[in-house]
Amino acid sequence: MRGRNFLTGFLLAAGSAVGTVLYRRRAARRRERVQLYFGDGSMVSLTEGSPEAERLLGRARELLAASRV
Amino acid sequence: MAQTAQALADLTEISSQIESAVAFDREGTVVAATVDDDRAGRLASTALELLEAAEKQGAEGKELAQLDVALQDGSVFVVRDGDRLIVATTSPEPTAGLVFYDLKSALRGLGTEPRAKPKRAPAKRAPARKKKDAGT
Repeated sequence: MRGRNFLTGFLLAAGSAVGTVLYRRRAARRRERVQLYFGDGSMVSLTEGSPEAERLLGRARELLAASRV
Repeated sequence: MAQTAQALADLTEISSQIESAVAFDREGTVVAATVDDDRAGRLASTALELLEAAEKQGAEGKELAQLDVALQDGSVFVVRDGDRLIVATTSPEPTAGLVFYDLKSALRGLGTEPRAKPKRAPAKRAPARKKKDAGT
């Protein structure tokens, strides 16, 4: 009986941990961001919230909207 | 122009994630597009503005090779190859590596379009050698 309770608890804990990881990954992927790749191989990533990113995101939104009108 | 348009039409056919694409130069002149001329011009000029704003984010002297912007409704990609550029819009959450690969291939394809072969001047004949006299 005790062993079963332990197993149930363990499975619940593991399931919720996996669920949290998957949810966070998905949320991170859905976040708006800009990635800039330079000729020398360096890369700059800007996520929504920073003023630099907002300027670029605004232009990109305009572009996306213009392509779908 | 027909071949360049075909190259972009192939691009949207190969990559189901790409919704529209416009190839243009640094002056904003549209070379080929999968959308009508009016929209293509607007997309090219907005993409140039986006590129100029993005270039300011890098260190001085660093040239921006490509960029991608992930938005809720879709993504925007810009790839540069010398003076030629291509901008593409996609559905949300595209496979970025694949889109970049397809765009680079298309851009390279546009750059290596067969040009009219320059006519070769007829080879000049070398003046006939004088036969040496056997006795001299």
